[in-house]
Formats: sequence, C-alpha cells, structure tokens
Amino acid sequence: MLSDQEKQGIEAELENYEHKRAACVEALKIIQRSRGWVQDDGLHDAALALGMTEEELDGVATFYNLIFRRPVGRHVILICNTISCWIMGYNPVREHLSRRLEIEPGETSADGRFTLLPVPCLGACDHGPAMMIGNELYGDLTPGRIDAILEKYGWESD
Amino acid sequence: MERPLTQHMKPDGSALDISEYEKTGGYRAVRKALTMAPKEIQEMVRNSNLRGRGGAGFNTGQKWSFVPMGDDAPRPKYLICNADEMEPGTFKDRMLVEKNPHQLIEGMIISAFAIQADIAYVFLRDEYKTAGRRIAGAISEAYRSNYLGKNILGSDYSLDFHLHTSAGRYMCGEETALLNALEGKRATPRAKPPFPQTSGLWGKPTVVNNVETLCNVPHIVKNGVEWYKGLSRSEDGGTKIYGVSGRVKRPGLWELPMGTTVREIFDEHAGGMQDGYKFRCLIPGGASTEFLTGEHFDVKMDFDSVMKAGSRMGTGTMIVLDDTICPVGALYNLELFFARESCGWCTPCREGLPWVVRILKAIEEGHGEPDDLEKLEMHGKFLWLHFTYCALAPGAMEPLRSGLKLFRDEFERHIKEKRCPYENVPAARMNV
Repeated sequence: MLSDQEKQGIEAELENYEHKRAACVEALKIIQRSRGWVQDDGLHDAALALGMTEEELDGVATFYNLIFRRPVGRHVILICNTISCWIMGYNPVREHLSRRLEIEPGETSADGRFTLLPVPCLGACDHGPAMMIGNELYGDLTPGRIDAILEKYGWESD
Repeated sequence: MERPLTQHMKPDGSALDISEYEKTGGYRAVRKALTMAPKEIQEMVRNSNLRGRGGAGFNTGQKWSFVPMGDDAPRPKYLICNADEMEPGTFKDRMLVEKNPHQLIEGMIISAFAIQADIAYVFLRDEYKTAGRRIAGAISEAYRSNYLGKNILGSDYSLDFHLHTSAGRYMCGEETALLNALEGKRATPRAKPPFPQTSGLWGKPTVVNNVETLCNVPHIVKNGVEWYKGLSRSEDGGTKIYGVSGRVKRPGLWELPMGTTVREIFDEHAGGMQDGYKFRCLIPGGASTEFLTGEHFDVKMDFDSVMKAGSRMGTGTMIVLDDTICPVGALYNLELFFARESCGWCTPCREGLPWVVRILKAIEEGHGEPDDLEKLEMHGKFLWLHFTYCALAPGAMEPLRSGLKLFRDEFERHIKEKRCPYENVPAARMNV
C-alpha cells in the first residue's frame, strides 16, 4: 500500500502534467525516497494510481539508472567514470572506495550502509574526479580525501 | 569585453534572487517582448544568428519559425528547456541554472511568447540537485510577481510553467527522446519528420531549446540584433560559454566572444597544461566530437570554423588529453559511455557499440588482433548517420573515427607488443 505521504506526493505531481502517466518518473522517485528502492508492490500501487499497467511502468523504471528496482544501501555513491573524471584519476579513487567498503561497483557493503555505482558524467568536469552521495556533490577527489567523506556517512575505519 | 550571460553572477556562487535579478535589468526584456508581435521576436532572434548551444548549432529563430501560429494552430503549444546536460565534459548549463535561474526563466517566457506557447517545462537532470532547488524557488518567485501564470504583467498572454526532474540516462537529452521521457514513456527517439515544432509533446507543436540558448534570448530582445552580433568574432552571434577540463592549470568556464580561438581559451583562460604534463590533443565540444591537435590552436571556436577544421564545436567545452593518457584507453572509456547509454531502440547502436567496446578493451588489454582496426573502421562507417535512428551512435563514432587516424601507431603498438604501453599509468581498468 502507498503511504499517505506517498499518495499526497504523487497527487501533487499529477497537477504538473495533463496526462497521468507523465508523472510516473516522479511517482517512482517518491516511492524510492521513502523506501530506498522500488519494490514490486510499490510499482503495482503506483501503476494503479497512474493508470498504467505494471509492465508499462516497469519498462520506464528499468530504463532509468537512478530508479532502483533492487535493494540498495542507505547511501548510494554515484561516482563518475566518464572521460574527464577518468583522466583526472577516477581509477585510484574508485579502487580506494572499493578497498575501504569491501565492495566492487554495483555492490552493497555488508553493513547495508553503502552502494557503489559508477555513473555517466555528473557535469562537474572542472572538479574531477567527482562523486555524489545523496544530494551532495564531492569534487577534486583523491584517495586521501575519501575516508573523511565516508566518515560523514557513518563509516568507521578499523 | 561584455559578458551578458555571466556578468551579474555572484562570486560566492549563490543564485540571484528575483529582486537582485531585477536590479541588474532582469525581466525588462519580458516587458519589452510583450509589446512586440511574436513573429517580430522570432525574426529578431533569427537575424541575431543565435545558434543552438546544445551542440547542433541550428539557428534558433529559424527553429521557432516552423511552429504553426495564429488562431488555427493546434493547442496547447509547448516550450521545453533541455537542461538534461550529460554530454561528457560539459558543465556549462549547470552554472547557468545554479547561478542565475531567473535569466533562464526570462529567456523561456520570451521564447514561449514568441511561439505563443501555453505551457513550458524545464527538463532537468536529477543529479543537478542545487540547480533543481534554485530553479524551483525561482519559478515560485516569478509566479508571485506575475511573470508567470495568467495574464502576465497585465497582458493577454498566459504561461503555465513546470519543472520536471528526470532520473538519469544520457539519451533523455536527445530532443525526441526527451519528449517521450516527458510523456512518461521510455526515452527512445522518435522518427523525424514530423518534427517537434509541428508534432511534439502529446502530438502538439513543441520547441525544445538548450539552457544556454534560452539564456541569450532576453539580452537579444533588450539590446538588439546589431549589439548581439557585435559581441561575436564570427558569423554566429553573441558570446559562448567555453569550458576546459583535464590536466590544465585552471579548469573552468568562461564567457567569451563567439569565435575565440582554441589557443586563447586554452592558454590564457585555462592557463595551459599543469607542470609535468604535455598536451596531446583535445575534444572540442563534449565526447561526441572529433579530436583536434596542436595544429588546430588557431581555429576559432564557432560552429562553422570548427566544422572546417574537421570536427564540431558541439557544446564548446573542451576535454584535454595529456601525454600520460593512453589514447586507446581514452577511446575505450568514451565508447563504454556511449554503449552503456545507448537506449537499445535501433539495432546498429544497440549491437554495434558493445562490439566496439569489446574490441577496444581487447586491444587495450593486449589481446588485439591485426584486423581489429579494420573492424573498428567498419563500425565507424556503419554506425553513421542514416544507418541509425538518432545521433547517439554517429556521435560515438566521431572520436573513434578521428582517433583511429590520429593514433594509428598507438593502436598498432598495442597490438604488436600485446600490452598497453601506458600500463604503469592508472589506465582503463574499468571492470564495470
């Protein structure tokens, strides 16, 4: 069941569009914000609210890399691996993250705290390598700066 | 030197609020535009030689002129701002939205009025969180001051204005895929014709313009065509937000006269290479443009001049490759991006790009075969315009085609020595 908050959020979004299904990306994001990811039952309920079939909505959901149809950690790290960041040292930064969190790209840390996802260009090319955690953008990354950033999200070094 | 788009931006990076924007002369162009005939504004923008800043460089006024006008025109009509900036190496629209959202809104009101649009959308990528907060706040302010909504400033003209935030995927920036995305469908491209100007969002007349393009419009209306053309050092009107990323001393963005040379942008503004790094080549305007080398430093950065030099200006934001970067690894990185971002709608792109990636990976990892270069060239030929549904795959082939010519010896060395000669440098170990 959609929560009251989710329902109200989706209804507010419907006002921005003349056709219900146009609000579907926003609806998926609303569910994801409250639950972390979009489970099958959330998809089912949202499809009903939008007048779409589940298959249509899942087709849209799986198109977007920022809609998660599988569980993710509490903090999703979006690290840019596109050309400018790659030139400026994406690899050492990504490898350091993997060592610290003991996960490879696409995986979630054992404590469920972090998921590491390489993504296309974040539009922060003058401050590469760059990554985002939640709403925060971090640029000019070096392996040395990573630990302090992770600590802000509850990571503790051994 | 005049910098109409950026001169009022605050050094601390915060956005101008509505009263600050009004104090810089903001929203005066809307007042003027509302006293003009829509066709008159279209003509003015056309004559100003403002060309689309999203990369294609089509004359903006001309683009608008295909929209059906008059009482018989289908309604509602739409104006959409493409703020889905995701071309690798491009970060100019982020600055324009974050630091002066009202300039964009004003540009959109005037542009919407010029095509008599009823509804406007900003299509913003989800990762631009700060931009999203600021444009949403600015839209509310503009509604409160009656720059948006019913009977704008007491005129007969009304405009509904919405922000749509997306959820990733480069493909959404393609004009017709963006329309599908906005309709709540998978963001696959549409066949053209019909062009969006006659059959766009929900089948209604629609114009899609880039952020930087729209930000130019108030200045043209306020100061006139001759002034605007006078800003430029080339045939294309106005200024351009140029950018540089890579191992230069001062990566960043600068608003300069359209037609500023590569040398001036690279040397004077970006400060040249960082100590210890040598320049090898650059990609002038986002990932989907061909390489330029040191011999192109006197090329003017405008649409026609860069085209003559064998590349495209694209978004005008250069990516600089230094001598520690393996060119094969760089192409692997670029093509991996395009393969991952292919929407899968048409077969050449969906199947061809992963092949290109596999071949480049093999060469980079020392498993290349002598006929691999021929196979790459073949892809460069067949993933080209008219073989694919949209410009994504041809865009992907631009750096590949030019890279194969420019770095022939590097490719051959990889294949012959069965290793990457740059393997001690953090290279393309991209196991994702």
